[in-house]
Amino acid sequence: MDFSLSKEHEMARQLFKDFAEKEVKPLAQEIDEQHRFPRETVDKLAKYGFLGIPVPKEYGGQGCDIQTYVMCVEEMAKVCGTTSVIISAHTSLCVDPILTYGTEEQKKKYVPDLASGKKLGAFGLTEPGAGTDAQGQQTKAVLDGDEWVLNGSKCFITNGKEADVYIIIAVTGKVEKKGKMLKEISAFIVEKGTPGFTFGTKENKMGICGSSTYELIFTDCRIPKENLLGQQGKGFAIAMHTLDGGRIGIAAQALGLAEGALETTIEYVKERKQFGRSIAQFQNTQFVLADLATKVEAAKLLVYKAAAKKDEYRTNPKISYSVEAAQAKLMAAEVAMEVTTKCVQLHGGYGYIKEYGVERMMRDAKITEIYEGTSEVQRMVISGALLK
Amino acid sequence: MKVVVCIKQVPDTKGGVKFNPDGTLDRGAMLAIMNPDDKAGLEAALRLKDQYGAEVTVLTMGLPKAADVLREAIAMGADKGILVTDRVLGGADTWATSTTIAGALRNLDYDLIITGRQAIDGDTAQVGPQIAEHLGLPVISYAQEIKVDGDKVTVRRQFDDRYHMVEAKMPCLITALSELNDPRYMTPGGIFDACKAEITTWGRADLKDVEDCNLGLAGSPTKIAKASDKVRKGAGEKVVPESPEEAVSYIVGKMNEKHLI
Repeated sequence: MDFSLSKEHEMARQLFKDFAEKEVKPLAQEIDEQHRFPRETVDKLAKYGFLGIPVPKEYGGQGCDIQTYVMCVEEMAKVCGTTSVIISAHTSLCVDPILTYGTEEQKKKYVPDLASGKKLGAFGLTEPGAGTDAQGQQTKAVLDGDEWVLNGSKCFITNGKEADVYIIIAVTGKVEKKGKMLKEISAFIVEKGTPGFTFGTKENKMGICGSSTYELIFTDCRIPKENLLGQQGKGFAIAMHTLDGGRIGIAAQALGLAEGALETTIEYVKERKQFGRSIAQFQNTQFVLADLATKVEAAKLLVYKAAAKKDEYRTNPKISYSVEAAQAKLMAAEVAMEVTTKCVQLHGGYGYIKEYGVERMMRDAKITEIYEGTSEVQRMVISGALLK
Repeated sequence: MKVVVCIKQVPDTKGGVKFNPDGTLDRGAMLAIMNPDDKAGLEAALRLKDQYGAEVTVLTMGLPKAADVLREAIAMGADKGILVTDRVLGGADTWATSTTIAGALRNLDYDLIITGRQAIDGDTAQVGPQIAEHLGLPVISYAQEIKVDGDKVTVRRQFDDRYHMVEAKMPCLITALSELNDPRYMTPGGIFDACKAEITTWGRADLKDVEDCNLGLAGSPTKIAKASDKVRKGAGEKVVPESPEEAVSYIVGKMNEKHLI
């Protein structure tokens, strides 16, 4: 078992690290405090192909693997949780389902602009009454001639008002399954600016404050018949499969947040003096750091394993990576929360001060335990596979 | 238009400096980066590629691991990479280095050669102009801005507290300052392509019109007498002023004392 990264991956990591240090880190505190979407960073990400890393070259992407994409999200998250989720939601939740389920026409129409960063993507599944219970969908899509008519709303949508292309999940009817009447759920591609598609509340969040999190509202929103994504009735499966990939991205974000907090804390404890010596010389500090570093390493291995499994799937679609993705996200998110919290503690009073950055990492880490499937949902996926 | 950019892999001083017993750098043992002035030169060449469709070749002389900077350059957008490496070429001073690189360049067609002003490990700023002399080319050094017009280049050349506008007919050689531009990043796809790209490797036998007595450590007229890492001069003076005014007064006093102002 070779745990080393290839030369290409090492070079890619260095690229992402350099970019994150020079272009992303200087804005991290400001966009958090101002709750401002970093459009200027997104433009730079687009310029260097960071918004289309795993997209095949034939569709305008960089043609790299999931491992490379995951490292990009990880390195960005080390300095800025907001920037990492912008990339992750766009790539995993919008570009990926179009590539996986789209017709050739849909791929050619949407993917090149998304991969080049000319357009930004988003994914709308969650509703006020449908979070973990995703089947509680209320948004409806009714076929009327050559158009689908959407009515309903989505909430907590990442890249909400900044995106141009949205994957929207909606109820298209009823279907009988094992004697029960269930909702028939389908997936659609909706473009910003479509009449009847408006934005509601901007969420005022605890963390990832620069991320644009909005309510999407559909009122007799008419989209072309061709904008159905995948087969009618397969929307729920499409959503679940999409979230499997999204989980790997969020796991990478959580991993990066944990690593970033740990790195900055290691530097701090060497400098900070109390009782005539650096606090790094106290055994409590040493033992806490040892535990955190070990947990971070374990999370990293799970995240990279999930990425490798998804890379295998890309050449062999019979492979499932749901469990690996769930394990990676479960572990990385809980580690991120623990690591960032303890890193604030190791900073003492300064950990509570915004300029030191760790408090932002702690606030950013919390959401990784919740979105794209709560830690409880991940446990459902893992135990479901164990007890089949 | 054909542009050749000479780049060098230099120690990244963040990782610490290591020396061989003869005083030369133990490059194999150190973390390495592309020399910053050379990177600016490469960026200038890539902008000529963007604007005029120029073909950009990067050339480096060094250990086999110097191929890494060629791959970095290709990942940024360069078209071809050439590595000049041979045991007999090692330990070269600027004379032997420029002789070697000129010997390699004589194999190539070019309109423009760009080198960095100087490398951060040698700081001599000699190799670029020396190459031009070996090849009989006009040289414009310390370029802050490069413009191409037909078969001419116009360069804004840094000079103390002013600048010169210098024009030359191609083929010519320009040395670039890191202030020339903000080099682009590599792209992820570019990295994977670059790692698959074929690097042309040349040795002593491929150098044109050079003599052995001008190559390597033995062919270097200058010899390193002694080399060491930075030596700490002491703990320094620690002063805790009572007020900002006192602090300013102290600092200005010290600068006067050291004849800095």
